[in-house]
Amino acid sequence: MLAFMIRRLGLAVLVALTVSVLAFMLLHLSGDPAVALAGEGARQADIDMVRKAYGLDRPIVVQYADWLWQMLHGQFGTSVYFKTAAGPLILSKLQTTLMLGVSALAVALFISIPLGVIAALYKGGFADRLCLAVAVLGQALPNFFFALLLIMLFSISLRILPVSGSGTWQHFVMPAIALGYYVAPAFMRLIRAGMIEVLAADYIRTARAKGLPTGKVIFKHALRNAIVPVVALAAVQLGYLLGGSVVIETVFALDGLGYLAYQSITFKDYPVMQLIVLLLSVLYVLLTLAADIANAWLDPRIRVS
Amino acid sequence: MEHRENLAVPLHLDFSLDQGPVPSERAWWGRIASHLTAFSRTRQRPAMGAVKTLAAAILLTGTALTAQPAWANKADDTLRMAYDQAPESVDPYYNNVRIGVIIAANVWDTLLYRDPLTNEYKGQLAKSWKQIDDKTMEFELRQGVKFHNGEEFDADSVVYTLNYVADPKNKATTQQNVRWIDKVEKIDKYKVRLTTKEPFPGAKEYLSTTVVIHPAKYYAEVGPKGMNAKPVGTGPYKVTEYVPGKSITLEANKDYFKDSPKAQPKIGKVVIRFIPDRQTQMAEVISGGEDFIMHVPKDQAEQLKSMPQLQVKSGNTMRIVFMQMNILDNTPAPQLKDERVRKAILHAIDREAIVKNIVGEGAEILNTICTPSQTGCTDEGAPVYKYDPELSKKLLAEAGYPNGFDIDIVAYRERNQTEAIINYLQAVGIRAKLNFLQYAAMRDMIRAGKASLTHQTWGSNLVNDVSASTPVYFAFGNDDITRDPKVRELLDKGDKTIDSKARNEAYKEALTMIAEHAYAAPLWSLPVYYVASKDVNFTPYPDELVRFWDMSWK
Repeated sequence: MLAFMIRRLGLAVLVALTVSVLAFMLLHLSGDPAVALAGEGARQADIDMVRKAYGLDRPIVVQYADWLWQMLHGQFGTSVYFKTAAGPLILSKLQTTLMLGVSALAVALFISIPLGVIAALYKGGFADRLCLAVAVLGQALPNFFFALLLIMLFSISLRILPVSGSGTWQHFVMPAIALGYYVAPAFMRLIRAGMIEVLAADYIRTARAKGLPTGKVIFKHALRNAIVPVVALAAVQLGYLLGGSVVIETVFALDGLGYLAYQSITFKDYPVMQLIVLLLSVLYVLLTLAADIANAWLDPRIRVS
Repeated sequence: MEHRENLAVPLHLDFSLDQGPVPSERAWWGRIASHLTAFSRTRQRPAMGAVKTLAAAILLTGTALTAQPAWANKADDTLRMAYDQAPESVDPYYNNVRIGVIIAANVWDTLLYRDPLTNEYKGQLAKSWKQIDDKTMEFELRQGVKFHNGEEFDADSVVYTLNYVADPKNKATTQQNVRWIDKVEKIDKYKVRLTTKEPFPGAKEYLSTTVVIHPAKYYAEVGPKGMNAKPVGTGPYKVTEYVPGKSITLEANKDYFKDSPKAQPKIGKVVIRFIPDRQTQMAEVISGGEDFIMHVPKDQAEQLKSMPQLQVKSGNTMRIVFMQMNILDNTPAPQLKDERVRKAILHAIDREAIVKNIVGEGAEILNTICTPSQTGCTDEGAPVYKYDPELSKKLLAEAGYPNGFDIDIVAYRERNQTEAIINYLQAVGIRAKLNFLQYAAMRDMIRAGKASLTHQTWGSNLVNDVSASTPVYFAFGNDDITRDPKVRELLDKGDKTIDSKARNEAYKEALTMIAEHAYAAPLWSLPVYYVASKDVNFTPYPDELVRFWDMSWK
């Protein structure tokens, strides 16, 4: 178990490094950062000044190595756009994004568990196909578009939710639905498959045979077993939700990490962008690791093998 | 597929109803519920209980959410504005975005003031001023003006602020706003003397727009960082709350000095929220969550005109649109070196039709490369290239391209306009291929001499003087891809001549020369659409500056 964890942690570091190299290169490929920083009205002298001031005149490899060195010493750099320390800036936005991610996950489970169960119960029937349709729609609709539909319904037609912002819990309802609906299908398929498998198992037949009410059989005996892989997937999907919140946060003007990432790309704020990429890739790998451990803990069969 | 239809139909009906009667909340959920129960009736199975529970849960969620968030209205004397971009800093010297300029004008004051309608200069923080010599101006300052934190405004404020921001070490973001200042000296408590590095006739323009005055003691203590965290100016509005990247709250400054050419503020509170998505902004004004948005695309602004609670206004802006043509030695499109080809390009584009159908109301057709409201900008004497595709084809044939040619056009914004231009060029045989890039990437490409045709825009950083526009593209700067030494000579002369008549003459000659040789294709100015609640009295000005002190409730 320990060797397994160490191996995974080593992998995590490698993934984070690779992602940060890629992000660094991409940012420099999409136009000279000094020109973007200096702004539209800048003359060459201004741009040269900016380039020197931010050390952008050095070879890109040196810039990257320097950044990495600083990182290893806990120096997270300064935002070139907001001109504040990048570490605290990112931490201040993390709360909003975590809240969005967790509530989106809750929405996803709230949608997918009932749908998955229904689909499994009526396997091959109308309800199954309807659930499939709902799932397909969730993945097929671009989430910014779905977000707009939600806005039209809840804010313009019904007028029960504020369009955008992050002041109250009401502000999180639509973003959580928009983001959660997008990942719900993955859960639904997993629950459906798990339920179908479990429902065919001998102990379910036994439970039914001894005259237990159907509801009890489904929820107590079947769902409990079918839900094990969902726990693992939930951890992985949470990582995805944190990273995938860029679009949703932008649409709903939620002042979180995703919106900060969007801004830092627009303004070539590479210290901030690098740090976000690093943070998200580390989080993602850690969550995957957590998922593996949770799985092993929940399912003795994995532990044994 | 029919199952999906079942669900999709009621959704679609309700979403498209924003112009018809709005269905009540209950009716909507009722419809969802009836669909759900209808579907559950199709198969009577023991687990139907679960389906019923689900439907009930959805219904419950619906009714639980009826808590009404507060909507904007004039009752609480708060104007809510949404803008798509947050400034990097509120300190006007450390941002280069439009919303920064808007906040600056409302929270701070400048030494001089330019009337947006007559373009006449008046004293603001300065009572009067005089030109001592080509490089020196003297200002008599207003007495009794107080900053929002109580600090008194006097010569020290001016001296400290201007010397601080003009020092390149302090890295003011928009260097052209301050780099012309050599030094500022205090003569006495209410008199200062400003020296420019070279004769700089544009000084008054900068001193009335971007060069705001900070409180000396406070600024020396907290610097630009502290000024961003807790902004302090003398203007008609003061900042009471600022959450970077999210929102800024302004409150009317009740002690605003009475002699200011800016009006006393009438609206009590202004909250500006940063909402990056345009569609979200529109949803906000439709739902009443915001009272004021700007930069609304033409087609969407026109749709919003039908909403009874909204007013849609358009105004001109200082941003001009033009096409540069690369005629440097290493140009990838040597065809452009032929003046007839350049003229053919100008004659090929129906600017009137594009302005009418795509660009929108408030736009102005240009014949020279400068913003018409700028001092020194004129199209007098410059040739006008009328839309004439036949003449265009003839010119191309004369230049040796009877079958046209292939060319690249690089652009970075208003893509629909570029596409319209491409269609017109195609019609005369110039097969332009669009290369749509980010601003920084496009600029790199132009400066490396790799662009052929460019679809450019330029906003002059709000400076209403031609020295802020034409010379950028024709005085041998990095963005100059035509490089005519005669044009440069004339522009340099204009930039350094204090006598306004001789100065305007030099600019006029340069502008005419650019037009005669068709070095670039002047197109139009960009309009801006504002959408506001009908409760607000609002006048758009051609400088795209939102003056909250000028607004009031109806």
